[in-house]
Amino acid sequence: MIKASGGDRHRWRKFKSGLASTLSFSSALLVIAPLALVFFHLVISGATSVNWDFFTHLPAPVGEKGGGMANAIVGTLELLALASLVGVPIGVLGGVYLAEYGSARINWGLRFVADVLNGVPSITWGVVVYGLVVLRFKSFSAYAGGLALGLMMIPLIMRTTEEVLLLVPNGYREASLALGIARWKTIVHIVMKTASKGIVTGILLALARIAGETAPLLFTAFGNRFWNHDLAEPIAALPLQIFAYAISPYDDWHRQAWAGALILVVGIFFINVLVRFLTRERTATVL
Amino acid sequence: MSLVASIPGADQPAKELMGSPSRFGDRAFEWLTMAMAGAVALLVILVGWQLSRDSMLAIHQFGWNFLVSTTWDPVAEQFGAAPFIYGTLVSSLIALIIAVPLSIATAVYLTELAPLSIRQPIISLIEMLAAIPSVILGLWGIFVMIPFLRDYPFPFLKKYFGWSGLFTGPIYGVSMLAGGIIIAVMILPIITSVSREILRSVPNLQREAAYALGATRWEVTRIAVLSYARKGLFGAVILGLGRALGETMAVTMVIGNTPQIVLSLLKPGYTLASVIANEFTEATTELYLQALFEIALVLFGITILANLLAQLLLKTMGTTQTTRAVQ
Repeated sequence: MIKASGGDRHRWRKFKSGLASTLSFSSALLVIAPLALVFFHLVISGATSVNWDFFTHLPAPVGEKGGGMANAIVGTLELLALASLVGVPIGVLGGVYLAEYGSARINWGLRFVADVLNGVPSITWGVVVYGLVVLRFKSFSAYAGGLALGLMMIPLIMRTTEEVLLLVPNGYREASLALGIARWKTIVHIVMKTASKGIVTGILLALARIAGETAPLLFTAFGNRFWNHDLAEPIAALPLQIFAYAISPYDDWHRQAWAGALILVVGIFFINVLVRFLTRERTATVL
Repeated sequence: MSLVASIPGADQPAKELMGSPSRFGDRAFEWLTMAMAGAVALLVILVGWQLSRDSMLAIHQFGWNFLVSTTWDPVAEQFGAAPFIYGTLVSSLIALIIAVPLSIATAVYLTELAPLSIRQPIISLIEMLAAIPSVILGLWGIFVMIPFLRDYPFPFLKKYFGWSGLFTGPIYGVSMLAGGIIIAVMILPIITSVSREILRSVPNLQREAAYALGATRWEVTRIAVLSYARKGLFGAVILGLGRALGETMAVTMVIGNTPQIVLSLLKPGYTLASVIANEFTEATTELYLQALFEIALVLFGITILANLLAQLLLKTMGTTQTTRAVQ
């Protein structure tokens, strides 16, 4: 073996270092490339398809052009509201327990379970709610869809709530308790109120996450080409409508699928921007 | 002074907050929150119980054979999950092969190499990618990615790598490889952001020691950072695998949905999640529906195992807020 001289060796090592930097930079570009591509096509194909009808009309009958997704937009909002009824109280109060009560070991276990639950495929929630609710009441319903989405929200909200409550300085709790205020009132009026912006941020993030979920709704909310007048009946949702139109054979429906996708993404990004705004203000003030 | 003033509720009279001296309120509130926190544990049990209860018939009928039988014939009421298990594993493996090097290299770039000013913008962009719903990625997959793959990369692979047996047969576009690629896009953000958290938790002392020995930037990364964080990075990969196994909508739209076990990646496949999404509402007989419930049970079992392993690796690394970093 001939050993390279010191200078060569040094140059070779510098070269390797530069190569690694270039490769990792290219990787970063490749990771964000899909975002750029998807966004580009969403805007190109979606923007030309969004019009006033899209927000105000029901889907047109098969074969007819035009129509909109008014019922799906409203349906998604209704489903998000129903999901919040399930996910917010359980998630927030569970987070309170993790932050304020419980032994270290039990809480470690609960946190662990919540994180594992977070990784359960979303379609599982659809199947489970189908078995528990749809089979029993013999009907797809908005309630079932809302429940499936709500169950997905629980671990998300629980973990974010816990985190922001732990950011509240202990002095606040001690000051309140020293005044003779009951512990639960201290938690509700002092700790949770101080962290309220953070809690809301967590809830918004969870909503943004589930707003685009399709799989849990396939056999719970099911979709509906008309307005939903009874929450015990099937209801339309934007992601479901996008899916149904995307796999359909009609060009006009493909066009509308792109329009729906653009609206959905804009909505989700809007929530994310709102979250960023809230968190920026939070870091600027006390927390 | 300033502390008191900034406490919300400090302006309310203490009496109003104090209420009755009984400790009933405290007890009730603690139990209430405990019940809600306990709900997560109950949920895991509930899911397992419900899925096994509703697939009892199929479990008794087919036994362990369900996992190895390759027949999926609703008309003859013969159900075997092997093609779906195969499709799920192969598509996830393809996704990992693509996503793992890219995400870990990106995480290295973001923690070790990138100029500080561009780190946050890139991180925000990756979070935006994570926020794109699966169904929209699937829409893009059908109308943009599939036609592109069909026209350029697939014929190239077939011509030059067809000898390997992995790229043979007619090119439809929808295929196992397309499914794997779309899953890779879905799991890039989570592996990147969890890996980034892991790398950030590596003490600076590690880096300084290596620099002091005259190591180049890459040598510092390799010797002092990557080897130190190996276990956590493995956890990040397994977490990505857990997501990949359960990914539903985007895959269903591009994988071709054909239950078969073939070597060629250019041919259509089928995954556990996709068969549930496609056939659940069409299941006309009791046994058919039960077989699909059993598929969901298998999927639940596999993903729980992957997530357990991932969380164990990540939690023992000492970093906590990992799964939440990108949802």
